[in-house]
Amino acid sequence: MTAAATPAISPPTGEQSGVRLARSRRNSELSLLLLAMVLVAAYQATIEATLLDTVTSDFWVPAAALTAVFLGVHVVVRFLAPFADPALLPAVALLNGIGVGFLRRLDLDDAAPADRADLATFAGIGGRQLLWTLISVLLAAGLLVLMRDHRSVSRYAYTLGLAGIVLVMIPAVLPARFSEINGAKLWIRVGSFSIQPGEFAKLALLVFFAYYLVRKREVLSLASRRFLGIDFPRGRDLGPVLVVWAISLMVLIFQKDLGTSLLYFGMFVVTLYIATERVSWLLIGLMLFFVGAYMAYVLGSTVGGPFANFYVRAEIWLDPFADPTDKGYQLVQGLLALGTGGLFGAGPGGGEPGILPEVQNDFIFAGIGEEIGLFGLSALLIVYLLIVERGLRAALAVRDSFGKLLAGGLSFTIGLQVFVIVGGISGLIPLTGQTTPFLSAGGSSLMANWLIIAVLLRVSDAARRPVASGGGGPAARPGGGPPQQLHGAPTEVIRP
Amino acid sequence: MPELVITVARFGFLILLWIFVFTVVGVIRRDLFAGARSGRLVAAPRAVGAPAGQQPAKPAKVKRGRAAHQLVVTAGQLAGTRITLGEAQITIGRAEDSTLVITDDYASARHARLVPRDGQWFVEDLGSTNGTYLDRAKVTGPTPVPLGVPIRIGRTSLELRP
Repeated sequence: MTAAATPAISPPTGEQSGVRLARSRRNSELSLLLLAMVLVAAYQATIEATLLDTVTSDFWVPAAALTAVFLGVHVVVRFLAPFADPALLPAVALLNGIGVGFLRRLDLDDAAPADRADLATFAGIGGRQLLWTLISVLLAAGLLVLMRDHRSVSRYAYTLGLAGIVLVMIPAVLPARFSEINGAKLWIRVGSFSIQPGEFAKLALLVFFAYYLVRKREVLSLASRRFLGIDFPRGRDLGPVLVVWAISLMVLIFQKDLGTSLLYFGMFVVTLYIATERVSWLLIGLMLFFVGAYMAYVLGSTVGGPFANFYVRAEIWLDPFADPTDKGYQLVQGLLALGTGGLFGAGPGGGEPGILPEVQNDFIFAGIGEEIGLFGLSALLIVYLLIVERGLRAALAVRDSFGKLLAGGLSFTIGLQVFVIVGGISGLIPLTGQTTPFLSAGGSSLMANWLIIAVLLRVSDAARRPVASGGGGPAARPGGGPPQQLHGAPTEVIRP
Repeated sequence: MPELVITVARFGFLILLWIFVFTVVGVIRRDLFAGARSGRLVAAPRAVGAPAGQQPAKPAKVKRGRAAHQLVVTAGQLAGTRITLGEAQITIGRAEDSTLVITDDYASARHARLVPRDGQWFVEDLGSTNGTYLDRAKVTGPTPVPLGVPIRIGRTSLELRP
């Protein structure tokens, strides 16, 4: 770690020694980023040592490619968002790198033993993920370039809201052969190429939610009846919540996906909670969701049809070992993998991820868990936690309400998504097909999540940027003359 | 590859992973304390940029007792904001160079100011369109402000606190 806490570059206005010791901490970010990449290279080397019994001379190529890409985005951040949070980018880079490493490890597993040593860098799902990472990071950098101020997106709030709803709805109305993979209708498939529009809808919808709630927060936080010590809102203010509830239930029914529906609804309720600071919204939201899920479960067992998928998943969750060779196979294998991993895991490259269905996707966490054990998995979970924490921190510190809601909602979304998928794999909640952010194979998820990170970087830059950087004050005061007594100088505003 | 190397690599990776986590936490921690310092916005006029960050504590210690030491915004958009009072006057308004910048449709650019005189703070209206009120009375000239009595400007409400 560098102890060099001096600002890496002077902020664009050229004002440096003036108002406050504002630190951009870009050098911390750089060294953390390099450490993360060393970790990724070490991961790669360990995998090759275990699987191939030797470390090939170009084991470092994927890690080096990732390093180059991330250094590129680091440079963009350095110039365009100099005060952005230093922990965000390295944490995400680590997860992304581990994901690429693990997917490459799956390729090594699949390849014939003779071909393993000279597997091309961009071959297989690992190589494709590397390519997707490149594209996603370019997109994120592009967003940072285009969006110089996060408030500017609020201008497109309604357009984005509409786009979000359309993106959510497309897979539901498309015929199943274009949109259904493994029973969930969440994709748009053209030939061998498939994208998951819902991933992008998250970001679009959240911009809309944030904008809408900033405008309506006063109405929504109006107190009404007090019941059991909690203020409940007026009936007519419940409208938007009920609409989002209905939409997310429709996602549950028509797209047969509990995770996505939980994600949209949770996103909205939490943004509402941040906007109004009323616990009652959380309670109402949770209640509505549980009622909806329970109804879907009951209907699934009696009526079947569109609800059957959810019913089956709930049944598997209640007793995964009831049918361990067929319906419960995936979850059971996941649980066994985590169990085999134990405390310290079988070592990178030492597990058997090949027998886990969908290990490159939904079950990547179980696959990685088998190899790095609880000890390693908790580190990864903490990295997620840190990402969410930094996002919430940016939300707390930023000065405008739209930014607060946007950053708070986005970081919560990442947290909720991790909860939904890790909870599903470990049997805490019914398993749903969610991608693990930054780890799972798949371009849509990676791109959408990197865009979220770009927005968080932008908001945190706005949050940590010193207020006075707008006006060109007198630069470095020469000599030791007493500072001129300004009329406002001794006062200071302490932010609540 | 010898078994030993692989075992070392295995555990080395896990340890490195945790080292990364703790390093990130360390950076965040340093940032947090730096943030605690930089979280106090110096309410200096923007155009001038005083180096007040380096010596914030000195003027605040000048007088103690029943005198007002804080100006607290109790209602309006900035609710919760506290300003530590010193020897200097505080200007309130929509203008960027005010000590307390309020974005309120009912506030004027230079709305009012608070001036200390012998330990007592006076509020003075600067010819605002919608007026300044001390509790319910309209402020016409420099008026002494007792502790805990609200000064109303548009939708914003301010109070002096000890």
